[in-house]
Amino acid sequence: MANRETMIINMGPQHPSTHGVLRIILELDGEVVVKATPDIGFLHRGLEKLAESKTYHQCIPLTDRLDYVAGMSNNLAYVLAVEKLIGLEVPPRAQAIRVLLCELQRIASHLFWLGTHAHDIGAMTPLFYALRERDEILFLFEMVCGSRLTPSYFRVGGLAQDLPEGFEDRCREFLRGFPSKIDEYETLLTENPIWIRRTQGVGAISADEAIQYGLSGPILRASNVNWDIRKAYPYSGYETYEFEIPIGTNGDVYDRYRVRIAEMRQSAKIVEQALDRMPGGAVLADNPKYVYPPKWKVQESLEALIHHFHLASEGFPVPPGEVYASIESPKGELGFYLVSDGTPKPFRFRIRPPSFINLSALPKMVEGRLVADVVAIIGSIDIVLAEIDR
Amino acid sequence: MGITSHLGDTVFTTALEWLVNWARRSSLWPAGFGLACCALEMIVTAAARYDLARFGMEVFRPSPRQADLMIVAGTVTKKMLPAVIRIYEQMPEPKWVIAMGACASTGGVFDTYATVQGIDQYLPVDVYIPGCPPRPEALIYGILKLHEKIGQDRWLQRAGA
Amino acid sequence: MNLQETVDQIRKKFPDAILEASSFREEDTLRVRAEDLLPLCQFLRDTPVFAFDYLVDLCGVDRYPKEPRFEVVYLLRSMKRKAMLRLKVALPGDDPRIGSVTAVWKGADWMEREAYDLLGIRFEGHPDLRRILLTPEWQGHPLRKDYPLRG
Repeated sequence: MANRETMIINMGPQHPSTHGVLRIILELDGEVVVKATPDIGFLHRGLEKLAESKTYHQCIPLTDRLDYVAGMSNNLAYVLAVEKLIGLEVPPRAQAIRVLLCELQRIASHLFWLGTHAHDIGAMTPLFYALRERDEILFLFEMVCGSRLTPSYFRVGGLAQDLPEGFEDRCREFLRGFPSKIDEYETLLTENPIWIRRTQGVGAISADEAIQYGLSGPILRASNVNWDIRKAYPYSGYETYEFEIPIGTNGDVYDRYRVRIAEMRQSAKIVEQALDRMPGGAVLADNPKYVYPPKWKVQESLEALIHHFHLASEGFPVPPGEVYASIESPKGELGFYLVSDGTPKPFRFRIRPPSFINLSALPKMVEGRLVADVVAIIGSIDIVLAEIDR
Repeated sequence: MGITSHLGDTVFTTALEWLVNWARRSSLWPAGFGLACCALEMIVTAAARYDLARFGMEVFRPSPRQADLMIVAGTVTKKMLPAVIRIYEQMPEPKWVIAMGACASTGGVFDTYATVQGIDQYLPVDVYIPGCPPRPEALIYGILKLHEKIGQDRWLQRAGA
Repeated sequence: MNLQETVDQIRKKFPDAILEASSFREEDTLRVRAEDLLPLCQFLRDTPVFAFDYLVDLCGVDRYPKEPRFEVVYLLRSMKRKAMLRLKVALPGDDPRIGSVTAVWKGADWMEREAYDLLGIRFEGHPDLRRILLTPEWQGHPLRKDYPLRG
């Protein structure tokens, strides 16, 4: 008599396809997944508690290390939250540069996602092509702030410094060649019968369920929900740029792929618009109570040096209250909920992590699928463990 | 090894040591062990621009049993520590460990309740690469230093004596 | 719908639920009673005039040494109306318990587990309340203010 017993196997935390230290406990009936339980926390570094002992400015490098694939976006979300708490206006040039860099960061993040996701499914070539373009963007970031991966370039009230000479030319050169590169990736994957067989119909989630779970980002839009924070609650001047929000229909892995490819094209358009209409002026708000003086002044004037020292060592006291500010990061809605008690250090530093919430829908997406689909589905959610575990 | 008791420390044994060390360092196979942000720079080092294949290292083995180098790239947390140690124990000899980045070397920025303050508290580390994250060139420099270290390894003397 | 209208609409069904209503930087916050939370959330999701179908965030705050010590913060959003609302519930320091809202929004599942893990707040009716970020044998709740940073 056939005795159907399920087998429980462990996937991770060290696994080539789990995009980091993720552990999934799979209950299998043959090759079919009966139940999947993610076990996270292998990268829990205590970031939220660490931030409570640092001043608001000192928390900016901590935010870089959250979603490490998209450092600029994390910085922006945090800095917007602090500026909302203080009630500080940022000059238009700084806003335009923020938009430019965040859209470049979105392209870089989606390129990395494309390379690793395709690699997991078995297509190894897109990884090398995608990383080639991503290195170009990281070079641009290095020109701007000195670091490829962990920028810490945005400050409360604007930017650390202005864009260097030569940035615009190099950026335009990148943009000239980029649309044809996306066409290259699409040639490899979009109509590839193996890719379609591996991704179409896999891991679908309906629009209602996606909203119930609180999903956000490309995974929500692929399930036919027209929701993007850049259009719904525009920040940093996004309402003045012309771009579309790509929407999918079925919510399966293939639609998520199509949505992210289309988003890369839209981001390239936004970067071009930002370059074309870059306003002049200062990149730091003129508010000595909260904002650092520009670096060249610090090196020349004693008052500016004392001002800088005072802000760097003691921080600035923030009015008591609480705010929530969020942006559309490449992974979804990244939000910061800051509670202030009037001291220069945050009382509660809560990160609303898109990958954490997106991953909570994994057990639903994976039920009844094969083991190989688990890998494809995890890749399509686009998780970053540092953001999940913080 | 019985060979040194017969031949002593001659040119032949030195050349044999050199030959084996050359073979070992020219095809170090890393176990894929990216934990956090440094893993990204590690993957980029293996990609086309900062090619690791010129050192024979582009094959990141998924299984530690086929690898001889463990590049600990990223923060090691207390929850992850047993898994790190188990992976290290699953690697066959000879094996080397590179602590890549500030978090693997000393805990980095994260001096908190959940972070191990440096993987060298639990594993023998051969090369430390500072940086947060270290550039791909820095990783390659660290790997070249490890190659030098392997080249100077007097394994035959140790075994014979 | 501004803050006063929201409060009036809620008071029609739950006359004593709202303890305080405030607005800071254009964000509306309501402090509600713990026992009214679950029916209120159900009401806010199902009533078409509110339609708060999306739970943005759920977290706990430790206000040690002030009493009541803990606060659970719910940030709700209505996708149709593009409106957001924050609900806060105050809980006592020893044995903080509150009803789980996983029946209303599935996304609350993991967020409540995290609040339990890091702060020790128990959510009654949660399908699977166990630690999510730390090891199962961990002692203590790290995000509490009396837990040292270095452990």
